[in-house]
Amino acid sequence: MTRLRTSAMIASLAADGQKVTTAPFGHTLARLAETRSDIVGMTADLGKYTDLHIFAESHPDRFYQMGMAEQLLMASAAGMAREGFTPFVTTYAVFAARRAYDFIYMAIAEDRLNVKIACALPGLTTGYGPSHQGTDDLAIFRAIPGLVVIDPCDAVDVEQATEAAANHVGPVYMRLLRGHVPRVLDDFAGRFEIGKARLLRDGADVLFISTGILTMRVLEAATALSGDRIDAGVLHMPTVKPLDLAAITAALQRPGRLIIVAENHTTPGGFGEAVLAQAALHGGAAPMRQIALPDAFLDAGALPTLHDRYGISTKTIVERVKAWL
Amino acid sequence: MALTFQPLSGNALADMAQQNRIDTARMFKAAGNGHFGSCYSCADIVTVLYFATLRIDPTNPDWPDRDRFLLSKGHAAPTLYSALIRRGFIPEDWIAEYETHVGARLMTHPSRRYQAGVDASLGSLGHGLSIGVGMALAARLDHKDYMTYVLMGDGEINEGSVWEAAMAAAKYGLGNLVGIIDNNGLCVDGRTDDVMPMGSLVDKWLSFGWEVSRVDGHDLNALLQVLAPRRLMGHDRPHMVIADTVKGKGVSFMEDVRSWHSDSISNTQYAMAMAELGALQ
Amino acid sequence: MRSEHLSNRPAQLAELRIRATRIRDFALKMAAVQGQGYVGQALGVADVLAVAYFAALVYRPADPSWDGRDRFLLSIGHYAIALYAALIEAGVLPQSEIETYGADDSRLPMSGMAHYTPGMEITGGSLGHGLPIAIGMCLGLKRKASNSFVYVLLSDGELNEGATWEAAMSASHWKLGNLIAIVDVNNQQADGPSSTTLGFEPLSDKWRAFGWWVARVDGNDMDAVLSAFDAARALPDAMPRIILCDTLMGKGVPFLEARDKTHFIRIEPEEWAKAIADLHAGAAE
Repeated sequence: MTRLRTSAMIASLAADGQKVTTAPFGHTLARLAETRSDIVGMTADLGKYTDLHIFAESHPDRFYQMGMAEQLLMASAAGMAREGFTPFVTTYAVFAARRAYDFIYMAIAEDRLNVKIACALPGLTTGYGPSHQGTDDLAIFRAIPGLVVIDPCDAVDVEQATEAAANHVGPVYMRLLRGHVPRVLDDFAGRFEIGKARLLRDGADVLFISTGILTMRVLEAATALSGDRIDAGVLHMPTVKPLDLAAITAALQRPGRLIIVAENHTTPGGFGEAVLAQAALHGGAAPMRQIALPDAFLDAGALPTLHDRYGISTKTIVERVKAWL
Repeated sequence: MALTFQPLSGNALADMAQQNRIDTARMFKAAGNGHFGSCYSCADIVTVLYFATLRIDPTNPDWPDRDRFLLSKGHAAPTLYSALIRRGFIPEDWIAEYETHVGARLMTHPSRRYQAGVDASLGSLGHGLSIGVGMALAARLDHKDYMTYVLMGDGEINEGSVWEAAMAAAKYGLGNLVGIIDNNGLCVDGRTDDVMPMGSLVDKWLSFGWEVSRVDGHDLNALLQVLAPRRLMGHDRPHMVIADTVKGKGVSFMEDVRSWHSDSISNTQYAMAMAELGALQ
Repeated sequence: MRSEHLSNRPAQLAELRIRATRIRDFALKMAAVQGQGYVGQALGVADVLAVAYFAALVYRPADPSWDGRDRFLLSIGHYAIALYAALIEAGVLPQSEIETYGADDSRLPMSGMAHYTPGMEITGGSLGHGLPIAIGMCLGLKRKASNSFVYVLLSDGELNEGATWEAAMSASHWKLGNLIAIVDVNNQQADGPSSTTLGFEPLSDKWRAFGWWVARVDGNDMDAVLSAFDAARALPDAMPRIILCDTLMGKGVPFLEARDKTHFIRIEPEEWAKAIADLHAGAAE
């Protein structure tokens, strides 16, 4: 058996031969900035690892390197926004969520400023261990009133969500997939809209309600399950806040199928708990299960191994669904 | 054990610093890539600390009287791992499993969960000096004479938390605290001076109430002198050692090249590096 | 509005002293309404605010969000009472709102917030936010080719915050000649004297080492404060400027100047009238 290497995981989430786009965020932002003179880019010594270097190369006069100082990054973005600009700021999810929280809460969100925070390494997308794994960011950012929270599934979502964030008036937090990012949603109708769920496929036996890269995984799982004559649907909810409550309530009205919430985040306070709360308040009697990372400091290691270990790989999802049915 | 260890000096110390670079290259080879530049700039500093300066005991890694060492620039972990191996804290055969699989005992960043002899889990830059302030305060509270050394990168000094710690260390007169800045002039996005220039580092630390030494971070004898513990000398100011270093030092094609902050290495490059370092293959 | 007395300095100083006394008077009256407030700080910083609003800032009282204005950022949200008093004196806020200070639905909450009060540029209060926000505003103004200055008022305790030093490094990196920071050095923090909370001296050396132009003045010496503001504005160099103002909490009301100093000076209900009377008696001397 080939041993997987830790370093392999930081490169890409894409499977061999999967269609990918390189740096969808950086290229989209650079394109938007051609007609939007209010867009500026700011980073805390992570331009290269958040694809913001693409923007920096195409619009060098609008790129601000703020140094390895995340509190400054967020508050100075607030200052820029107060002067009428639309800053896109990048760092890793862990540093935005844990180091700069007060600055995002008070300096940016409290006055509904037009700052767009795009953070790489969300959830379990690096094997570097807890210092770099942003497995708690959705819980942290869901707690900020009025902040839009987006967890894109693939390069298509990243491109469309970047544009939507630029057009939205108010603060946005977006989980960022960087590098060679898989393209999955080209094959489905519709496009990303803030606050809107998308029913990517319908299913009579199982409905996955998922966000982020877990949508990619449950689509694969649904295909695999159809081989076992299990009809599984996928309701993709790339906007974690505000949640598309109507879509959840509607999905719960249909009797006789298992609802499974799925996210790339630990259980406390994440997307799954948000959906489950809505179900408890307004839902029917559908049985429900949760796929999420455990409430723990996760291991370091190779990403595929960790996804298997913590139950968010396609293979483990298929196994668990069969066990639940 | 610790008290009978003969500190290295001269050629033996220099050889150990090269051994550290060789071990690091072997770990990165096992993993496929690594932070070569960041490790090689501080290999001499870490070697001096572990083989001439620190009061430590491999048979008793949690010895309460040990000197503390915090690798705040946690991404240079292999440099620390080599020192721990060569001092006998952990076995040499762990090198081959560096980052190779989940559960490997040597991973990208040091962790108290995995390795004996590691004083804190680090990797989020800007944590080390604040943790060190706490350890130095604890030493005073326990009436212990151990020293606390914190090794930081120069880019790390951008973090405001470093300056919070700087003020606190001066306030409490922590003469048992030594900071070391691996001043290699490069960080992820470019030259430190372009990313966020630090101006006069010496003036900054002086104005924050620290004693400041500036030293060639690859001059082993100079490092020996400046890092020597002052536990009996009654110093009442924290001490910042600004060590001017070269990223990738020791391997000619890596020296002062930004991409080697973190990069993959080919078989040919690996052979060239090992030859330059004098490794037997 | 900048004073019209540029050629007549004694007249200008006399006017500024009157302005400062009125700022103190408004602050005491607001605090009296609530029976509490950070009035010690307001009395201490009143001279600095008089110079800022009547000899330095460019603004239009009737149009507080005019884009050509100089920005004045109150990083220390609990000093809001002092800034409200200055904004009343400047005609940005009506004097009639003094009665509403700290009341439900008032535009004058106890801690300053941007969307409550005309002329309040940012929501301070979480200390350490003001200087980094100012960095962004200065960068934004430069992008807009604006000549406006950004003034930001900090406290000495706020210098404990690492974020302040992140911003200090950044300001000299970006050569922000449009930034003027002011520190109210009153040596009082919530838990006691700043110098024992987390010593900050030598303060001038620190800021110089971080690449700033530095002036340190007695913040209750009107002449010295005015000179420092004038010098800070006139400096041709592309570097950030800071004015360190040593002030006395309770300044202008002798029995408060002498009272045991804490973050929050306690004043008994019957003392408010005496405080206001003493202020005016002292100013008349």
